Amino acid sequence: MRKGNYTLLTAFILLSEYATAQGNETVSTENWLTSPGIIGTIVLILIVFFVAVIIMLVKLNSYIEKYKDRQVLRKNEELRKELIDLEESGIDSLLEQRKKALKYKLSGEELGGNHLALDKKGLVGKVEGDPQNPMFDEKKRATPQLHVPEPLKKIVLYYLGTATFWLVFGTTVGEYLGMKFMWPDMDHVSWLSFGRLRPVHTNTVFWGWASLAMIGLAYFVIARTSNTKIHSYKLAWYGLILINLSVFLGNWCLMAGINNGGGEYREYIWPVMILFAAALVITFINFYKTVARRKVPEIYVSNWYLLAALIWTTVLTVIAYWPTYQSGLGETVIQGYYMHQGVGMWFMTFTLGLIYYYLPSSLNKPIYSYSLGVLAFWTQMLFYTMIGTHHFIFSPLPWWLQTVAIIFSVGMFIPVIAGTTNFLMTMRGSWSHISKSYVLPFFLVGVIFYFVGSSQGSVQAFRFTNYVWHFTDFNVAHSHMTMYGIICFILWACIYSIVPKLTGREPKQVWVGAHFWLAFIGLFAYMMSLMVGGTLKGLSWLDGHPFIESVILMKPYWAWRAVGGSLMFLSHLIFAYNLYSMARKSKPVTDAHPISVTKITA
Amino acid sequence: MLDLHKNLKNLVLLSFIGFAGLSTIVAIIPAYQLEDVQPLPDEPKLTQNQRDGLNTYIANGCAACHTQQVRNIEMDNMWGKRPSIPSDYYYSKQRMDLWRQSPSLLGSERTGPDLTNVGNRQAAQQWHLLHMYNPRTVVKESVMPAYPWMFEEVDSSMVTDNDVVVPVPKEFFDKPHLKIVAKPEVLNLVAYLQSLKQTELPGPQTPKFIPSIKEAAQGATAEAGSKSGSTAPALDGAKLFSQTCAACHQQNGQGLPGAFPPLAGSDIANDKDPKLMIEIVLQGYNSLPNYGPMPPFGDQLSDEEIAAILTHERSSWGNDAPAVTAEEVKKVREFVAREAAQ
Repeated sequence: MRKGNYTLLTAFILLSEYATAQGNETVSTENWLTSPGIIGTIVLILIVFFVAVIIMLVKLNSYIEKYKDRQVLRKNEELRKELIDLEESGIDSLLEQRKKALKYKLSGEELGGNHLALDKKGLVGKVEGDPQNPMFDEKKRATPQLHVPEPLKKIVLYYLGTATFWLVFGTTVGEYLGMKFMWPDMDHVSWLSFGRLRPVHTNTVFWGWASLAMIGLAYFVIARTSNTKIHSYKLAWYGLILINLSVFLGNWCLMAGINNGGGEYREYIWPVMILFAAALVITFINFYKTVARRKVPEIYVSNWYLLAALIWTTVLTVIAYWPTYQSGLGETVIQGYYMHQGVGMWFMTFTLGLIYYYLPSSLNKPIYSYSLGVLAFWTQMLFYTMIGTHHFIFSPLPWWLQTVAIIFSVGMFIPVIAGTTNFLMTMRGSWSHISKSYVLPFFLVGVIFYFVGSSQGSVQAFRFTNYVWHFTDFNVAHSHMTMYGIICFILWACIYSIVPKLTGREPKQVWVGAHFWLAFIGLFAYMMSLMVGGTLKGLSWLDGHPFIESVILMKPYWAWRAVGGSLMFLSHLIFAYNLYSMARKSKPVTDAHPISVTKITA
Repeated sequence: MLDLHKNLKNLVLLSFIGFAGLSTIVAIIPAYQLEDVQPLPDEPKLTQNQRDGLNTYIANGCAACHTQQVRNIEMDNMWGKRPSIPSDYYYSKQRMDLWRQSPSLLGSERTGPDLTNVGNRQAAQQWHLLHMYNPRTVVKESVMPAYPWMFEEVDSSMVTDNDVVVPVPKEFFDKPHLKIVAKPEVLNLVAYLQSLKQTELPGPQTPKFIPSIKEAAQGATAEAGSKSGSTAPALDGAKLFSQTCAACHQQNGQGLPGAFPPLAGSDIANDKDPKLMIEIVLQGYNSLPNYGPMPPFGDQLSDEEIAAILTHERSSWGNDAPAVTAEEVKKVREFVAREAAQ
């Protein structure tokens, strides 16, 4: 691993030099207009990084191979020694055995005998011999139901259920907003006007959907990895109620025109956000006390991330709402810090904690490297915290703060590559499972987006690229690439992997597939249209065209965005149905096809 | 030593201290440092009306699409004469009330134009009111939301002299016996927008924009808002027109009945002697009975720019009058300045 770290360090140094070179006032404004479509640059950088990762993997592989070869040589050596040391009679008996073995022939009945095939104990659940259905691999069923305490099961399902409600609500709003770009006169109701609904969309999917789903999934992880019971189910319920209440009240206020000042993700006024913060504190206490009485000596790495995310976000919320240093541009410094850390310290950190448990558990093998996980943990804290101001490059904020943000954005490659490597290496050797599992594709997409989305964010922070992309729709593409591509896909993976185990009921595979593909294709259409449109918009501004021209040129891209958004929205409805079919109570647990059973017994 | 893998307390404490420490360095300290910023000497305070307007601005989420920062890169010089500095926000970014913090005005997206200097760019109240009632009355391609709930429909006979009536075109409001009257909410909002003007910096030093390649190639020092760009090549009058004038007079030069007069076929525009036309642009105009007043543009546009725009206006949409030179504009400007001095 030392070699890997060394490569990372070199890359980091090289990149920081590149990024700060942009800081010099006159350098480098030359290359970028002559090569319109800065995408080229980015694609190259991304390719380089892909190649670097591949090379690193190959190197690691050859290391391991060499090590294995040496082991084989050593064994051969030992065998040779043993042979030389053998006595005469020993050799004779060995040769005798070998002769017999060479003459042996199969009788043809070793495995079955000639009995009738009967399932006397009813062990066969389902017989699939249908030659009409060769299109898809039959997906593997989830392992049978786990024995989970009833209250834990209930709390997890309630968290996930309310989360899904907010997902559907929040993306209905998002979908509506997307359509307003095409038909701005759709309605003239103050409560539904664009400026008021936009924060309703973002806050609902942040604090409602993602946060509730994350905490729900984490309750299971905390209990499971500590091999003990949750400290207090009551506290868990309080947390659930508080978060739902804050999202409900917050949205109500926003639509009524009461917001905290228009800073993104900080739109809920403090009397509302304090409910959310209280839920964070309650959840932290609950998690902490559960982990404290764990029945295993070590604290599993998932719990590092989960606990830290809760502490960090609590600190973050307090700093964000504390009034004494926020007049003038002080507010903007805090805003940059807050909106970035809201994503980085809460959603990203917490979700990483979930991957460290759910990914290996659904592959049924341990995580590739525990130490890489720890490295990623501390570097996540160090680098992510410092980069908030990259949302305000070229703004009147202090230049040094902007430079710090850019340099540390480059540093983000370390936790990102460490994390991605860890997850991909965990999946390595299990690629064939992807076609056989409905959970793994979600994980794979989430992990790939973790790499692509985060690197793209770092690259976007350079002053050079910021020139073109800042203030354009490219930002919206980036935030969907990360919040949707990473967070949502990972959350879905976790939900599909755990809920069937809790309830013993699986969703219809066709519908999970539909969910996956609609969400994935929708996201791709959404992203690409806004990235291309955003770049053209930036170039139009650079050329000094009248502003309205950039609005006109965006119109087809906004239309494509709405198409992509509709697919995503549709996938959420399917997901809600899937969750319902996993969680509903009516039918008993057995899932065997009655027809197949009668066929067998007949 | 710390035994983080097994000692929960140490792990939690270390991550708390680490994060809190870093946050102090990167957020709290710089935020406190920016508290020391003072306003510019000429910077006007917000009046109560303007402050109420700012509250409406925030309540309706205007900052989601409109930035208020001129970055120090050249592409932003269309939004202001100089890059924004911390002092510019001294009065507008104060805590709103007990419940709400200092407004986030800088913004992170420019779906609509930057508003740092909109008070200079769009000085006319009537334009703003029409635009708020429905942006498509004045800018056809706009995707901005309409805010009709900030207006009242009042019976023509009930309209008093104190009411501000908005001349909404027929396609947007077709009830002959009713008039659209602006509510205080929108009047305050417009007052706030009109107050958004970049304050002149004291002293000769202006912070510079980082130039882009075009200027660099021509070897020009890209001085922000320089009015004396004598070496600049021929300006694109059509482009300048759509940036500066088309919002009111419309891209097709037809204006808007009841609000903004047409340029196509106008006597002033077709006059062989451009003096009156130049004067109007420099000083503003309020002599047409059926139209709103026009704000002055003398401070915003250079002689060359005015010449280019007027030449475009005098040769488009069927207009046919000789071109205007920068020399002519300069002469009129000097004349106007002399008159004002007397």
